[in-house]
Amino acid sequence: MADGTAHAGTDAFVEFERVQKSYDGETLVVKDLNLAMPKGEFLTMLGPSGSGKTTCLMMLAGFETATHGEIRLDGAPINNIPPHKRGIGMVFQNYALFPHMSVAENLAFPLEVRQLGKSDREAKIKRALDMVQMGDFGGRRPAQLSGGQQQRVALARALVFEPELVLMDEPLGALDKQLRESLQFEITNLAHELGITTVYVTHDQTEALTMSDRVAVFDDGRIQQLAPPDELYESPQNSFVAQFIGENNTLEGVVQELKDGIAIVRLDDGGLIDAVPVNVAEVGERTLVSIRPERVEHKRERLSPDAHTLKAEVLEFIYMGDQFRTRLRVAGRDDFIVKSRNAQGQDRLRPGETVEIGWLPEDARALDA
Amino acid sequence: MALAPYATTGQRIWYYGFRVICGLIFFFLIAPILVIIPLSFNAQDFFTFTPKMLALDPEGYSLKHYRDFFTSNDWQQAMWNSLKIAPAATLISVSLGTLAAIGLSQSHVPFRGAIMAILISPMIVPLIISAAGMYFFYSRIGLQGTYFGVVLAHAALGIPFVIITVTATLIGFDRSLTRAAANLGAGPVRTFFKVQMPLILPGVVSGGLFAFITSFDEVVVVLFVGSAGQTTLPWQMFTGLREQISPTILAVATLLVGISILLLAMLEVLRRRSERLRGLSPS
Repeated sequence: MADGTAHAGTDAFVEFERVQKSYDGETLVVKDLNLAMPKGEFLTMLGPSGSGKTTCLMMLAGFETATHGEIRLDGAPINNIPPHKRGIGMVFQNYALFPHMSVAENLAFPLEVRQLGKSDREAKIKRALDMVQMGDFGGRRPAQLSGGQQQRVALARALVFEPELVLMDEPLGALDKQLRESLQFEITNLAHELGITTVYVTHDQTEALTMSDRVAVFDDGRIQQLAPPDELYESPQNSFVAQFIGENNTLEGVVQELKDGIAIVRLDDGGLIDAVPVNVAEVGERTLVSIRPERVEHKRERLSPDAHTLKAEVLEFIYMGDQFRTRLRVAGRDDFIVKSRNAQGQDRLRPGETVEIGWLPEDARALDA
Repeated sequence: MALAPYATTGQRIWYYGFRVICGLIFFFLIAPILVIIPLSFNAQDFFTFTPKMLALDPEGYSLKHYRDFFTSNDWQQAMWNSLKIAPAATLISVSLGTLAAIGLSQSHVPFRGAIMAILISPMIVPLIISAAGMYFFYSRIGLQGTYFGVVLAHAALGIPFVIITVTATLIGFDRSLTRAAANLGAGPVRTFFKVQMPLILPGVVSGGLFAFITSFDEVVVVLFVGSAGQTTLPWQMFTGLREQISPTILAVATLLVGISILLLAMLEVLRRRSERLRGLSPS
């Protein structure tokens, strides 16, 4: 995680340095957080609930104080600046629009605080509303809008005073799938167009992968991995990340041999497989080998002649239209999934059949057990 | 709710019995108040219906008791006293009560339950005990028999109503709104007046109305804490009943009933408004 570590004196826009947070003085919700974001980046904090991601966002917004460590914005520490003086935009999970004000009044609020003149205000409000395609809704009350429209207004309100940093706390959590997808697209486009730095919190990994420049996967109060989406999916650094991002098959075993950047792993039932050693260092170590379901091959001729293969019994075949999903019993586990594209000539495996499966060594990653 | 076609005899009896009971309750609550209204238009100085009134003869009715009320010095003085004391007491109750309710709704305040119980106690402790206590305490510090003393005493009685209604409104208040306001750059004072206050206003106003009515109707405490200079309407009615049984009291009572109905109607309008605001807001 060297690329995410903060170094004093770098030109990072947002920095967390050795930040810790404890609510009760005993257990740490956030443990030793280090993070540096360049200007204009769209970074997503992804993690299960209770992993500390929302706490980090709240510390950045100023609603929670860091127990230890320093948070810097544009080089200056902000630990002792109250939330209303930080000038950070924020979109809340439940929108948090003021129900007693019209849409335009909601947007005017941050501008009035900043004592902008009336004509200036109106111009900015109009521009912000047009940006989220809500130009005709200025006179409505939030209660007269649908969830998606409210979230658009909330977004406009967070952007109207032109903050350089915008925080989003699961902003799409309450919306239905279709709306969520179109808004994901809109939000990323806006953020990149305006060049704002965005910290986005979500527990939805699809959202994280599709929207972000980089994703920080949180668990247990720490960043487990900070990487661009493709790297995160294809090269998880530990078994938590492998399990958490996307679908994943795991096989347990012991490292038997390490050579030429390949680890030969002896599975618990005796089978042998090839894998890339990621965080196993020596022979004899226990390991969890992770393989993505779409990288598993069951046609012998497509594998290299010296690849290790495993015997698998087909348990279930699910037809999903664009792809097939086959559940296998492999090495004593009956939750091994293989996904194959519904292409011309693709095999449809039948339950009860026994096949031989294998993969390219670089698609299997030997991770910590 | 209509009677279901499959109702048993017992259910039928209960269905009608329930309506009779409700009717009786309303009758016993409202009849004593309603009967005052026609009596206050009595042309004679009696507390009973005269034969002329019963015959609906216009000569049996008059506005003389109302005229009495508006021309008598005692009554006018009492009304002005009430009108000077009640709003001042209400203002104090509302400011302190609202602040207390907001403070007590924060989870980090220690001993919230105990503080709440103490602040609510004037509503629970028998009035005569509060009155006697205030009498001795206020005498000691020189507030007994002063306008300010009566205002303070009434404010203490009104605060529990404000705390209860505002606390109830705060339960539905979405905390992320104050966070949003802070995030948008508003300091705590601006956030309070522009965001929190408008949203809890219905609770504040209805608490204020209760506090106002409490002060406006109060007789026990004012008898102890006040002096002749602070004779309020209820006090004047009380002495009026004891010393000179005049139907003017009935005219005053009718006016007070009218004011109460007006205030209650206002409350209802406010309640509906707040429900509309909150029922549709996302929380």
